[in-house]
Amino acid sequence: MKLRKNIATSETGFIFNPATGDSFAANGLATEILQLLKQDRSPADIKTHLLNRYDVEPRQLEKDWDDLVAQLRDFQLLD
Amino acid sequence: MKQRYERPLIRKLNAGPLNKFGSRSEAQAVTHVDGAAVEDLLAEFGSPLFVLSEKQLRRNYQQAVRAFRTRYPRVQFAWSYKTNYLNAVCRVFHQEGAWAEVVSGFEYQKALLNGVPGPQILFNGPGKSRAELQLAAENDSVIHLDHFDELYELLGLAEGLARRPRVAVRVNLDAGVYPQWDRFGFNLENGQAWNAISRIVASGRLELVGLHCHIGTFMLSTKPYGVAAQKLADLAWSCLTQLNTPIQYLDLGGGFPSTNTLKGAYLPGTDTAPSLDEFAEVIADTLHRAGFRPEELPLLILEAGRVLVDDAGYLLGTVLATKRLADGRRATILDFGVNLLFTSFWYDHRISPAGEFSHHTEDTVLFGPMCMNIDQLRESVNLPLLNRGDQVVVHKVGAYNMTQWMQFISLRPAIVLLDAQGRPHRIRQAETVEYLQQLEEVPGHLLPAAVAPTRPATAE
Amino acid sequence: MLPSPVSDSHLPTTDHPKRRCTVAVTGLNAIDSPGPGVAVIRALREAAEFELRVIGLSYEALEPGIYLHDLVDKTYQLPYPSAGTQVLLERLREIHEREGLDVIIPNFDAELPNFARLVPRLEALGIRTFLPTLGQLEARDKLNLRAFGEEHGLLVPRQRPLHRADELAAAAEQLGYPLVVKGKFYDATVAHTLEQARQAFHQLSAKWGLPVIAQEFVPGHEINVAALGDGQGGTLSAVPMRKLYITDKGKAWAGITLEDETLLQLARRFVQGTRWRGGCELELMRAADGRLYVLEINPRFPAWIYLTAAAGQNQPAALLRLALGLPVEPWTTYAVGRMFIRYAWDLITDNHEFHQISALGEL
Repeated sequence: MKLRKNIATSETGFIFNPATGDSFAANGLATEILQLLKQDRSPADIKTHLLNRYDVEPRQLEKDWDDLVAQLRDFQLLD
Repeated sequence: MKQRYERPLIRKLNAGPLNKFGSRSEAQAVTHVDGAAVEDLLAEFGSPLFVLSEKQLRRNYQQAVRAFRTRYPRVQFAWSYKTNYLNAVCRVFHQEGAWAEVVSGFEYQKALLNGVPGPQILFNGPGKSRAELQLAAENDSVIHLDHFDELYELLGLAEGLARRPRVAVRVNLDAGVYPQWDRFGFNLENGQAWNAISRIVASGRLELVGLHCHIGTFMLSTKPYGVAAQKLADLAWSCLTQLNTPIQYLDLGGGFPSTNTLKGAYLPGTDTAPSLDEFAEVIADTLHRAGFRPEELPLLILEAGRVLVDDAGYLLGTVLATKRLADGRRATILDFGVNLLFTSFWYDHRISPAGEFSHHTEDTVLFGPMCMNIDQLRESVNLPLLNRGDQVVVHKVGAYNMTQWMQFISLRPAIVLLDAQGRPHRIRQAETVEYLQQLEEVPGHLLPAAVAPTRPATAE
Repeated sequence: MLPSPVSDSHLPTTDHPKRRCTVAVTGLNAIDSPGPGVAVIRALREAAEFELRVIGLSYEALEPGIYLHDLVDKTYQLPYPSAGTQVLLERLREIHEREGLDVIIPNFDAELPNFARLVPRLEALGIRTFLPTLGQLEARDKLNLRAFGEEHGLLVPRQRPLHRADELAAAAEQLGYPLVVKGKFYDATVAHTLEQARQAFHQLSAKWGLPVIAQEFVPGHEINVAALGDGQGGTLSAVPMRKLYITDKGKAWAGITLEDETLLQLARRFVQGTRWRGGCELELMRAADGRLYVLEINPRFPAWIYLTAAAGQNQPAALLRLALGLPVEPWTTYAVGRMFIRYAWDLITDNHEFHQISALGEL
């Protein structure tokens, strides 16, 4: 899973898709995930990192991850 | 120490023009009701749970009485049973001094069981049976006549009674309200009401004590009450001058709104609903100018229901699931639906998370747990990022829900009253399968003990 | 009766040090169906006596005024009017703590009831306004306008509220064709047949709710008057304008100031009858026989309000003085034949500004 190359993300949570002209705002966790994806970290790697860092059950994270990915795809932010 | 988790959220920045409503953010957490923790209440009594605040019930009643009594010398409230006829609620209002206003034999029985003296029960409604009329007459309650069939029935019945039944005439009139409520009582403008009154007086068998009207529901304008009060006062005046029958009371009914927001309303109810003081001002002002001498002023009866109880009721519940719909919208499924929150068909109920969240919010549809497409509580509401297990509080649900709720698909939950100290008292148990099974009977031929279904032999 | 002038200048332009003042203005949506905010600010900026800091208040991220940094110093998003007064007050308090607002000038129909309700609470915070009361807003509401006209001797086309489509036939019989079918809040259609009227009824009721209003059609040409009432019955300014070109949204693309005493008299009668407080716009129709009908009364400045300043009666600046409790003398003359021609201009910005206002609610 890869974020589109030209997607611009900022640390404050803005996302701009130059291919479609759409802009997005992300909360803290979504911003963090996008940054990690940009660094080419694998989904499994990112999830482990998040489970270590946040107070969350694996199944909750799994569900929310899938939802986020579906949204990223829907917004044409994935390759 | 791990950090607090909030699920990832990406929101498309909207470049659209101003829409009609936007979304109302209801992110503010409500963790306690009258000092009782939502979490504790749900742990003790189960989820979902209706909660009523006794403090608020009494405060509402006292404020309502004050609003009218400071403007008019003789005022009596009659608690509208159908709005909420839980015994505990009725008794709070009766303790405060309210009479009972009932609209069925069942409600009439409840009022008696709650210790209301017969003469303090006003019996309204279009559906009273002969036996119910008889009971009410024997108890010296006031029967509010709704139609000629009832009038003739009661005239027949009165022949055999020792005491003349006391009656009031329910009048419907044009107060400039749309739609005009002309299905209850006798129409004023076409002479029906006067016809009924004349017959009652001429019969000598009934004692006419009151005139009653109820112009509508959830009235957002005070003006029609002035019109109605004027017309009733004129009618009372005619009774005195033309029939030599003084009218003891004018019953202006209810219909006063709570501060809930009606579906489709642009501004929230908290901004648009006139206060009881404003209604009282119009009604009292009209009656003072109606030409009665001060000592002749009729008693003013009010049958306020919703405005006294709505904001004293809460529905607590729990998030069962969140999901994403085909069109990308977020959906949140709660453990209560339209089966319990009947009023969600006409209000956009305010709903708050019962815990603290970050400032991030999302628009979501709120569904109930029914496997029915109509089970939708809010079409769109802006809430924090809720997860399974999070608790919520629905506000201003005290009116009609605990009487119009349905035993459909699932059982109805417990109801708790928080007393003046915020201590919970269960006032209705959660329903059980056994409770419902009690009423059912299975015909004998469906009762072969513990046999597996077999096909009838003839079919072989 | 107008108060007699106590000085001969309306808006002082003396060499005194300028008054510092922070004014918040809404209605920055200068789009094809424009809100008046940008025009109000432009007029305010020309009042020489003030040193202004202008705070924009917006509802949507693409309101052009947000990005007009020469006019607007800083913009904050407001909650939608439908969120109600409590939420609005909280937001305004937050903005006030940071900016120290002296005056707010709201310009958007749907938000006016909220601001009118908040006047005492804003005053307690030290924020001044100069707004019509809720009663005044109610009196000129579309649904009440006919009764209002009868009370104050203003000619208003006959109209009937409709709650059901089958009431249309009776309404059409009474009012005749063509028939104007209007939405409760906005939009109007001219129907020539019952079928068209029915179609309009269903569209308008679906969009704006019930009742729908059926109104007598009055042929003629449209004239608007921008007026400013002092709240005591006095008209401080009235400038009539004839629309020269109307867009497909019914908005004036160009207009010209008129000299016509009957128009001024009509505006004064309205202001006196209601003791109107603040700005308003009378939408009039001059019929073929010369009679003037009042079609609608908007309880705020119109989008073309800058023309009043250009014609010599700077109504927004006068309203600012009124809000601050400073005296304002009634004007007696204005430049006739002044024209405005609205133009579209593509403003260039970077998307970080759009991000900023949409995600953080301020720019």
